[in-house]
Amino acid sequence: MARENRIVLKNYGKIDPESIDDYISAGGYKAAGKALKWQPVEIIDEIVKSKLRGRGGAGFSTGLKKRFTHEAMHESGKKYLVCNADEGEPGTFKDRIIMENDPHRLIEGMIIAGYAIGAERAYIYIRGEYYKSVEMLQKAIDDARARGFLGSNIFGSSFLFDMEIRLGAGSYLCGEELTLIESLEGKRGYPRIKPPFPAEKGLDGLPTLVNNVETLSTIPTIVEKGAKWYTRLGTENSPGTKIFTISGDVNNPGFYEIELGVTLRELIYEFGGGMKKGKKLQSVLIGGAAGTFVDETVLDTPMGFDSLKEKGAVLGSGAVMVLGDDKSLPEVTKSILEFFKHESCGKCVPCRVGTTQLVNMINEYITNGKKKDDLLNQMVAEADFMAKTSLCPLGQSPILPLRSLQRYFADTF
Amino acid sequence: METSEILNKFSPDHKNMLGILHALQDNNPNNYLNEEDIGAIARYLNTTLSHVYGVATYYTMFSLKPRGKYIIRACNSPVCNMIGSVSIIEELKKVLKIEVGETTDDRMFTLELTECLGQCDIAPVMMINKEIYGNLDAEKIKTIIENLKNK
Repeated sequence: MARENRIVLKNYGKIDPESIDDYISAGGYKAAGKALKWQPVEIIDEIVKSKLRGRGGAGFSTGLKKRFTHEAMHESGKKYLVCNADEGEPGTFKDRIIMENDPHRLIEGMIIAGYAIGAERAYIYIRGEYYKSVEMLQKAIDDARARGFLGSNIFGSSFLFDMEIRLGAGSYLCGEELTLIESLEGKRGYPRIKPPFPAEKGLDGLPTLVNNVETLSTIPTIVEKGAKWYTRLGTENSPGTKIFTISGDVNNPGFYEIELGVTLRELIYEFGGGMKKGKKLQSVLIGGAAGTFVDETVLDTPMGFDSLKEKGAVLGSGAVMVLGDDKSLPEVTKSILEFFKHESCGKCVPCRVGTTQLVNMINEYITNGKKKDDLLNQMVAEADFMAKTSLCPLGQSPILPLRSLQRYFADTF
Repeated sequence: METSEILNKFSPDHKNMLGILHALQDNNPNNYLNEEDIGAIARYLNTTLSHVYGVATYYTMFSLKPRGKYIIRACNSPVCNMIGSVSIIEELKKVLKIEVGETTDDRMFTLELTECLGQCDIAPVMMINKEIYGNLDAEKIKTIIENLKNK
């Protein structure tokens, strides 16, 4: 039977998250102390070797992202580190769990990342509705500063580093890294044209590393135990652990940190406690609204970035939404499409018009029962056009669930 | 607190725009940003009124019209929706006798919808001011609203 392997959540429930002493007693801030004795490139090499991939959804190599930011130059010599804590992907709440229950771990990960890329200043961009996360992190930052873990001469080195919290105010799109930077700069959350990527030109035009909360919170462990140890966890292409958030028609919805390679069957029937009230499994939505539907043929596929891709699915943020046979797929799809319509910022016309068109199409289907195959194909064509002509991941997202419905549920939809 | 007092807590940096908007809105007993607030921010950050209006109207947490003492944010994103948020929202409308986006006549409650609140393991969920309420049903809603009314 598969078991949890808590690395990022190692301290969950074992320490008082408001006590820096508790965190230190549990071995906290040792990894930062160790890292600051290394050369920045040594840290980056270790993270590249760990094959850690971004835990926010996109799955880009964390080590490479750091290397690009480390190597980027600006005449001012300044760089920024930004922690993306704008968790908003439906079905996802892993970052909240980390921030509320072990905020110092995130701060420690950020100290290491900041030192590795050569940043003196960092921002944590948290969504405005996460009041508790803000409260816990603010106290942790104040305490860390009082102990000399933030500020100047950290761990007796010449390294100078500090961080501040910035609040979002209700926009899904601001979870996309370039849009997040626009928002941090005090603007409307509109996406930017890329390239340039943030590593080259980010916040205030300076090289900026944007990393997700879970990603940054993994770094202390990689520094502490080494890349070799870390790559022994999980699968070859997707090493390490991932916090999965299970919701929907299961008996025990919740969060579980498990090594990648775990199967959906284990997630649903072991961790999730099986289907609710004897419901039958109909489908699973993996990765949130910008995710993919799969059926029971994918139950035994190891969860990893590439293994899921082969099945036309994405790991995304690790959200696992389980749908029983009493749920209507068109209704769930409608909810997803309405979500995208609401969150589309309107900058790119194909996304602004397309997200509305998709909602109209699904409504027409639900009320008039339009010929099935026809509808799904039309929607996929519409979403495909949007994906090709939109600037940011929002316009590129509706195609994901729609194409997966075409692959797995063309008959029943 | 005076507007100027709040502004002075922040450095006049555009990176503080959202923080200032939050702070001024939270300071208003009717939970909104009025014209004077927008003007004061524009002057403080040395930018145009249209810039500040543009930002204030983009983000769903900001309001340019007066709201109630309690802001109810009902989650209607896919997980909550699948588990029954539609009937929860209907119940809220019935109990409060208002539509989504409206405020009760006694200025006690404003009903809004929100994107995923990241509480999907206790769906369906709503947030009232800073408090989260999960595993909602019609009965619970009546009790919660009743308790707040009597507070």
